[in-house]
Amino acid sequence: MDTYLDHNATTPVRPEAAVAVADALARAGNPSSTHRFGRLTRRAVDDARETVADLVGAVPAGVVFTSGGTEANNWALRAFPGHVLVSAVEHDSVRGARTDAGRIPVDAEGVVVLDALADMLSEDVRLVSVMLANNETGVIQPIADIASIVHEHGALLHCDAVQAAGKIPLSMPELGADMLTLSAHKLGGPLGVGALVLRPGLDPEPLLRGGGQERRRRAGTENVPGIAGFGAAARIAAEHLPEAAQWAHLRDAIETQVRALCPDVRVHGADAARLPNTSCIGLPDLTGEFQVMSLDLAGVAVSAGSACSSGKIAPSHVLAAMGCDEDTARNAIRVSLGWTTTRDDVARFVEAWGRMASGQGRAQGERRSVA
Amino acid sequence: MTGAPTAIYLDHQATTPVDPRVLDAMLPWFSETFGNAHSTQHAWGQQAADATEAARERVAALIGAQAREIVFTSGATESNNLAIKGAVRFALRYGRGRHIVTVATEHKCVLEACAALAEEGARVSVVGVGPDGLVDVPALADAIDDDTVLVSVMAVNNEIGVVQPLAEIGALCRARGVLFHTDAAQAAGKIALDVEAMQVDLLSISGHKLYAPKGVGALYVRRRPRARLLAEISGGGQERGLRSGTLAVPLVVALGEACAIAHAETDREGARLLVLRTDLLERLRAAQPDLFLNGHGELRVPGNLNVGFPGIDAEALMADMPEVAVSTGSACTSALVEPSYVLRALGLDDERAGASIRIGLGRFTTREEIATAAEMISAAVNAQRAGGSARAAE
Repeated sequence: MDTYLDHNATTPVRPEAAVAVADALARAGNPSSTHRFGRLTRRAVDDARETVADLVGAVPAGVVFTSGGTEANNWALRAFPGHVLVSAVEHDSVRGARTDAGRIPVDAEGVVVLDALADMLSEDVRLVSVMLANNETGVIQPIADIASIVHEHGALLHCDAVQAAGKIPLSMPELGADMLTLSAHKLGGPLGVGALVLRPGLDPEPLLRGGGQERRRRAGTENVPGIAGFGAAARIAAEHLPEAAQWAHLRDAIETQVRALCPDVRVHGADAARLPNTSCIGLPDLTGEFQVMSLDLAGVAVSAGSACSSGKIAPSHVLAAMGCDEDTARNAIRVSLGWTTTRDDVARFVEAWGRMASGQGRAQGERRSVA
Repeated sequence: MTGAPTAIYLDHQATTPVDPRVLDAMLPWFSETFGNAHSTQHAWGQQAADATEAARERVAALIGAQAREIVFTSGATESNNLAIKGAVRFALRYGRGRHIVTVATEHKCVLEACAALAEEGARVSVVGVGPDGLVDVPALADAIDDDTVLVSVMAVNNEIGVVQPLAEIGALCRARGVLFHTDAAQAAGKIALDVEAMQVDLLSISGHKLYAPKGVGALYVRRRPRARLLAEISGGGQERGLRSGTLAVPLVVALGEACAIAHAETDREGARLLVLRTDLLERLRAAQPDLFLNGHGELRVPGNLNVGFPGIDAEALMADMPEVAVSTGSACTSALVEPSYVLRALGLDDERAGASIRIGLGRFTTREEIATAAEMISAAVNAQRAGGSARAAE
């Protein structure tokens, strides 16, 4: 049995979500059609809208389904003309959507520097985008504090919650975000569906134009099976939040053991508030790419940086923003746990990681204990 | 009321059911093999990446393209938005023209994309169609000028099913040096498409109109000569930078399977549907001699019929026959009460447009269903004409 520890890239579909997808696939019907086939599919979409809204404490009418987190981020960032600020550790889909955006610095732990944000908030800033939790390090941003500062200056706050939703409890009203991005496949739903959740009263210019779907906010026939699966996954994820909190024990076990095996490892963002499932482990002198491939040969899947940029050999922009030099930013892997992860997975990872680290003539003192 | 409706589904231009073979191909990708297709450094990701590339080959094969010319999207609306806004924004940015030519009967998302571009400084010419729904090609040629960037003409209309002369328009566009985009959402899998023979530069495909699921589509983007686009969704740089976002592996696999099936079966299935449609039209005509047909009688896809019954209120007709699912206009605009802009463009007045229904036959439509549907439709017409609806009479 192989060990999959790349849940931040994508996580297996929850069985309940798979059933919801399969049920919807078995039915014909376009939710915009007024006949019975259409009305039944419309109901599936509306039910999912409620459960997704519940997961983030939003009102159902604010949930606009999209093709995924990337589309939702692009929509949010492009909908408002005027100057935009984004944190230096945002996902590429936020950075790429507005390459003209100002970059809010983060500290060595990857947390947004609030004073710097306040200084950058000039009058022409219309929108600020800061993620709730980082995909590479799991570091959680103080969104409620950021929202207060942003709103004091009359700007809007968008929050990419793709990695946080389903892993930690979250409430959009408590966060104070005006727009929130979600992705189904990061929380046990299918690929190809996500949402931009709008606070009541906010009406951004659409990105995709055409038919009047999603109250004229997002054109295109709704991905009904995907949306139904998203709804089921959101419900299951909400029910299992206490279990998700326990992933931190497995994550901590990994970090304790790799540190014991090799004292010069560095866990990035370890002193900040983090998601319970993510660990960004730097090992000097071995590139992340090499580590990923050598662990893969041992049947363990992790990643170097985010999945989107794999293939590229560029050092992580997240670690660079945290002040790491280029080598350090290249030498990290991301280990991300999920709902299928067991203690055995942790043991297999630690064993494979130990062999890799010692096989390169490193952690000499530990070699015997690993063998 | 729970579970699947038992009614007869004749609304295949709105959406098609998923073919069981497509379902079998995609379902394992939800759970057994779930990797991120961009995580190619580990085995899970590589397996997913291999599957998406195989699917890309199959989509390309359906339209005579190369695999690397296929960009996966979330559906035809996104494909149309990317093709039109992408091409025109590229031209606007680099000063290569700002004029678009399109047709009055295009899908809403094409017309809306053009409207969005008009706000950004583009100029839009909308060419009309004849009473048969076919585009006026000489008028189209006249509309193209030195400033024209793109011509967008749909392959098959979603309401009346007429097939536009793509090869003729393609040759015209190539000769004039402008890009030719065609929305083939209603055409793929129903008529033969060949981007080389038709000289198409950009072509949109929808999954759920060809027995794959909703939420997936594709855009063909010609490489030689290259059609240049500005991406609308940026980020991880997937799909050669033209469409960022994690590929939905099960959906992409499903689209590939659906295209392969369509490629193998288009001719046979078309012949079968033509027999059924001819039978349906004959039955309806026999019962309702004053029936009128909207759109060209022959140059239309075999699965489409669009007919009107003088004096009838089509919305009320639909309500009176809940066992037969047909539509008035396109699904996207079904909730609107105004008459179809497509039928209006053919020259129908409000009354005749409001008396028309679209009947969409598909892969699983049977001879028995056609016979039953013809009776039900005709009975509902009779009941309405007898004063009061069938339902009210119950």
